[in-house]
Amino acid sequence: MTSLDTEKPAAPVNAAERALLRRIYEVLLLSRAVEERFWVLSRQGVASFVLTPRGHDVAQIASAAAIRRGHDSVWPYYRDMALALALGLTPFELFAGSLGRDCDPHSGSRQLTLHISSPRLRIGSVSSEIAAHLPHAVGAAYASRVLGDDRVAVAWFGDGASSEGATHEAMNLAGIHQLPVVFFCENNDIAISVPHHLQMPIASLAERGPAYGMPGVRVDGTDALAVYRATRTAVARARAGLGPSIVDAHVPRITSHSSQDDDQYRTPQEKAAAEARDPLPKLRAELLEFGLLAPGEEAQLQQAARARALEEADRALASPEPAPARARRWLYAGDPPHPELARLEAEGIGVGPFDDLDLPS
Amino acid sequence: MSVSQDRPAAEGITLLQAVTEALQEEMARDPRVVLLGQDIGRKGGVFKTTVGLQEQFGPLRVLDTPIAEDVIAGAAVGAAMMGLRPVAEFQFADYIFPALDQIVSQAATVRWRSVGGWGVPAVFRAPCGAGVRGGVYHSQSVEAFFCHTPGLKVVVPATPRDAKGLLKAAIRDDDPVVFFEHKKSYRRYREIAPADEVIPLGVARLDREGRDLSIVTYGVGVHHAREAADLLASDGISVEILDLRTLIPLDHEAIARTVQKTNKVLILHEANKTMGFGAEIAAFIGEELFMDLDGPIVRVAADDCHLPYNGPEEDAIIPSPAKVADAVRRLAAF
Ligand SMILES: Cc1ncc(C[n+]2csc(CCOP(=O)(O)OP(=O)(O)O)c2C)c(N)n1
Repeated sequence: MTSLDTEKPAAPVNAAERALLRRIYEVLLLSRAVEERFWVLSRQGVASFVLTPRGHDVAQIASAAAIRRGHDSVWPYYRDMALALALGLTPFELFAGSLGRDCDPHSGSRQLTLHISSPRLRIGSVSSEIAAHLPHAVGAAYASRVLGDDRVAVAWFGDGASSEGATHEAMNLAGIHQLPVVFFCENNDIAISVPHHLQMPIASLAERGPAYGMPGVRVDGTDALAVYRATRTAVARARAGLGPSIVDAHVPRITSHSSQDDDQYRTPQEKAAAEARDPLPKLRAELLEFGLLAPGEEAQLQQAARARALEEADRALASPEPAPARARRWLYAGDPPHPELARLEAEGIGVGPFDDLDLPS
Repeated sequence: MSVSQDRPAAEGITLLQAVTEALQEEMARDPRVVLLGQDIGRKGGVFKTTVGLQEQFGPLRVLDTPIAEDVIAGAAVGAAMMGLRPVAEFQFADYIFPALDQIVSQAATVRWRSVGGWGVPAVFRAPCGAGVRGGVYHSQSVEAFFCHTPGLKVVVPATPRDAKGLLKAAIRDDDPVVFFEHKKSYRRYREIAPADEVIPLGVARLDREGRDLSIVTYGVGVHHAREAADLLASDGISVEILDLRTLIPLDHEAIARTVQKTNKVLILHEANKTMGFGAEIAAFIGEELFMDLDGPIVRVAADDCHLPYNGPEEDAIIPSPAKVADAVRRLAAF
């Protein structure tokens, strides 16, 4: 197995990529600040369940920058908090969901934390069932073909999810019909406690690509530009009618699986190794090297991110819980959508963190 | 195109042709209607329900899929969320189990869990039922698995006209619908089925009026009930038959009307008795209509057993008109 850990990060080749790197860093700081707040709320016993993207975050943000927001369909999984922020969802929404508040526009807090959903941004509703959304992404790609539009479907999932039958069936169907879908694996080498080599008998999910009739590429998931470029290539291929791809992004899982998991099954060395691959210092070093971050600027950005996280969490805390009588609503068509959804729908897709950058689309 | 064009229209169509015509007419009406399934293209389906549709609408809208039920259902879910109206075909109801996850945990929950943000307007079709010497893997009646799941609608038509009108309604419905066609009903008889008739889901049909007792049933049960009623007419027993047509939503009012009229009720279905849909109907009648009853609620259903290939054993397990008639006689005499 080739080690991606020690490779030097990709260097930006133009102004757009430089601007992108800096912006990815800003979303990353926001994501870290939001995550810290989530843990505090959990320790206070206000939020019962926390999932964290730490270590996956750069890969999530960089891959999000490669799609056309609100146009391409997004099929995430439960760990995709940084992806959500990169798509323009607010910390307030994410806190509201985690705190069980009515105004959570994703599921009205019917689902666990970070189970996002957004029709206006074409984000499919996250289900806790791993891999069940991969067939949905393939169906969305099939819909693009039938409707003759150029929307691409992108599914994010963990390496553990790649063991499910649904994943094989989805990739096979996508390969047969060369559908415009990208399978983006956040490969953290572990599924709760079961390591990579007990999930798949190969070094990388990318190896499966050719067997399903599509390219597979392995990329260092801590290298923002490398992830962005690999995803962009896959998205561009799909948009051009050249079919599906697998991107296997090798990322560390720095925290426990969730707030309910003690992480005792990993040795201190294993945890330290994951920690050592933290993409944050790596990205910071890169930005400093390219003069995209002034020394001392980070503290300022961090403070702003923390203040925002705190303010939005407090605002979520102050908002009401759903009325119990609501429980049976929206089982079938006919009930008007949740008011928060209607409000957001009227606002449109809003502004995303990368919208003003001159990125190829 | 019409599969029945070789026959004079006055003779009507079979249930099988009704399915084809419903699919064909809906696909012609709405370009978002697509079909996914195994062997549905060149072959036209193992039961020939999709004959001619790929020629007419092309291989993209009539998609021959690999043998992968999970992704057939799952792709239908994703495509439905992106604006299509997919109709997924499973070769036999017995093979819908690999897709159970997508139908029960995904299609059924998407609207509820996204507080009305997303819907899944997809239809999941499958031929079901026994009595054709199909053995355990080509004979099951699995409707109860789906009736247990909120968010789904479940349809089991008995007649050609109903099959056509209900399938059209299912395709136009904004919620996921599971649609079962009994194999033994496919070519049973012909019936006129008007081209633009859409039969609303959730409305039962009084198949036959009677005085002495009611048979509440659906699917192939309607045909067993009709034959039993004919046998019983010579005994002077007048049987009313209520065809539920859709199990979810269930037409409680129609059940109440017939029970309040005859005061005796027999519930008939081909699925296993234990935890079968009949238990739900019986419970409803017990809870809401107890004072209207002049006798016990009787259920006729399959023995709780798997379905054998050989004839004598299969016949022993599943309901038949004679078994229904026997049960009716006992209930009438109560
Ligand atoms: C179908 C299904 N089986 C089991 C689980 C329980 N479960 C939740 S997360 C998880 C591990 C998933 O690992 P991976 O896909 O690698 O993602 P990661 O959490 O590492 O990001 C399991 C087994 C589940 N959610 N869904």
